[in-house]
Amino acid sequence: MIPLQNFLVLSALLFGIGFYGVLARRSAILILISVEIMLAAVAINFIAFATYRDPKAFSGLVFALFVIAVAAAEVGLALGIVLRLFRERRTANVDEASSLKW
Amino acid sequence: MSVLATALYLGPAALLYLGAGVVLLADLIHGRRAVTGLLTLVTLALAAVWAVLQIGGGAQGPILGGAIVVDSFSLYFTFLLTAVTAAVVVGTSEWAAKVEDRGEFYSLLLVSVGSMVLLVQSNDLITLFVALETTSLAQFILAGITRNERSSEAGLKYLLSGAVAAAVLLYGFAFLFGMAGTTSLPGIAEFVRHAGDGLRLPLILAFVFVAAGVGFKMAIFPFHAWVPDVYQGAPTPVGSYLSVASKAAGFAVVLRLFYTGLGGAGTPITHDWAMLFGVFAAASMLFGNVGALVQTNVKRILGYSSIAQAGNIAVGIAAVAAQGTVGPSGVLFFLGTYAATNLGAFLAVNAVSERLGSDEITSYAGLFKRAPMTAVVLSLCLASLTGLPPTAGFIAKVYIFNSAIQTGEVWLVGLVAIAVVNTAISAFYYLRWVRTMILDDPEDATPIETPGGAQGVLLLASAAVLFFGLWPAPLILLAQQAAAALLPA
Repeated sequence: MIPLQNFLVLSALLFGIGFYGVLARRSAILILISVEIMLAAVAINFIAFATYRDPKAFSGLVFALFVIAVAAAEVGLALGIVLRLFRERRTANVDEASSLKW
Repeated sequence: MSVLATALYLGPAALLYLGAGVVLLADLIHGRRAVTGLLTLVTLALAAVWAVLQIGGGAQGPILGGAIVVDSFSLYFTFLLTAVTAAVVVGTSEWAAKVEDRGEFYSLLLVSVGSMVLLVQSNDLITLFVALETTSLAQFILAGITRNERSSEAGLKYLLSGAVAAAVLLYGFAFLFGMAGTTSLPGIAEFVRHAGDGLRLPLILAFVFVAAGVGFKMAIFPFHAWVPDVYQGAPTPVGSYLSVASKAAGFAVVLRLFYTGLGGAGTPITHDWAMLFGVFAAASMLFGNVGALVQTNVKRILGYSSIAQAGNIAVGIAAVAAQGTVGPSGVLFFLGTYAATNLGAFLAVNAVSERLGSDEITSYAGLFKRAPMTAVVLSLCLASLTGLPPTAGFIAKVYIFNSAIQTGEVWLVGLVAIAVVNTAISAFYYLRWVRTMILDDPEDATPIETPGGAQGVLLLASAAVLFFGLWPAPLILLAQQAAAALLPA
């Protein structure tokens, strides 16, 4: 059987890649994709822990399902807002959305 | 437990969700009439009354297999959140009458409050996460509800940073679940209390992620970047709602997660997370106050000031080692008084900016001569935010700093010293604002009218600020009872 550590390392790598994407990307769409990668990493973690720690308890798997559902809702909402911003400004880049500055 | 009894316990949250649906339907049928605002108010009032009856009547305890717990802690917040939202609805009815999507605004507001009520009741990581995301999603739309560029931008920024925060929080949850093998908060606490030294490092890793995730909701440094942008870009009523209700819910979650979920005082990792919150507190105060000093836009000043205030509140969380409930009850008391104070300040700003169409501090010059009542209320609230006697803000600060000193730990005494220095810095920009309003001469001396609803809420807020400043005992008692529910029996 594949050891648990492998899954944790995979998840940590994915999470790191996603976080890097959030910081480095300018387009709101690409930032969203990066957040999705982070959430996928979390889901892998939950499923791995659920399988290895206690195969009979479902709470980890249920949690992973909720993560997926909420992520989908979030993306739907985000795309709606991006679309509206795009109509007003013809760009989806967050650094050009800067009428608010300190 | 029977379905009926469960429904009785879940009353406030269920009512709020039901109200959200009814408001949407009413909007569909009645079109642009004011009925939606009224329905929203009725729903909020019913939920608040239900919560008060639960506090008195004892419909309390864990339900749904322990996933949700109705106790004096969650009821304290249920009442606080519904009352605050009702005040926002009344105080901004004039603004709402001009909003195109009024029905959606009220409906989302109710969804968001209902989810916050569930959030403060949740006793399980899954429930907590779902409630947190539901309230956040509603808030993202609220921030972008008006059809202009700034509002959309505020919504997008809020959403993107919120989504990242949620992912970080979940990563921490995954490790907590992986180690403890359960998602129930008391179960995790049981595990943490008996954790050996070998598990200390992974536990620290997990709670750092969790603290970063909820830090976003509390708006503490360094997870504050969205705050000034959203407060400025989102409509002021939404800003006032976020700055009070969302922050209160954020701190409620932190208390629940760290006191119930990580075992509170006396576990192998208590000192570690207390230190973490101490650092957050000091950094938030410094950053918020210094940031506010250079601002000229009053909404941004309030945004930075709310970061600094979050730092003050976090001192109470760092003071976990204090005897009994003095740390968390300080947080609860501070949040109660802060709700009245900040609401007063935000609604006064809303009333003025509706008339002037400007948020620059220079346009507040001589406000006392143009709108005496609004200026006096705003000055009182700013004095309370500074922490001057005889306002409630003074008692709250003394109470929370006292809890830190009582622990007798040197670093916490140092933290209080930092907090006192910061109070002095904050006095500079709060009182400069007051001086501008009262002493400076207005460019244009035409009186500004404040709408009736806003006037009522402003008077109520200032009455609360003075009342709890002069006679804090009842609220302190309630806060202590609520905080006691957090500690294991």
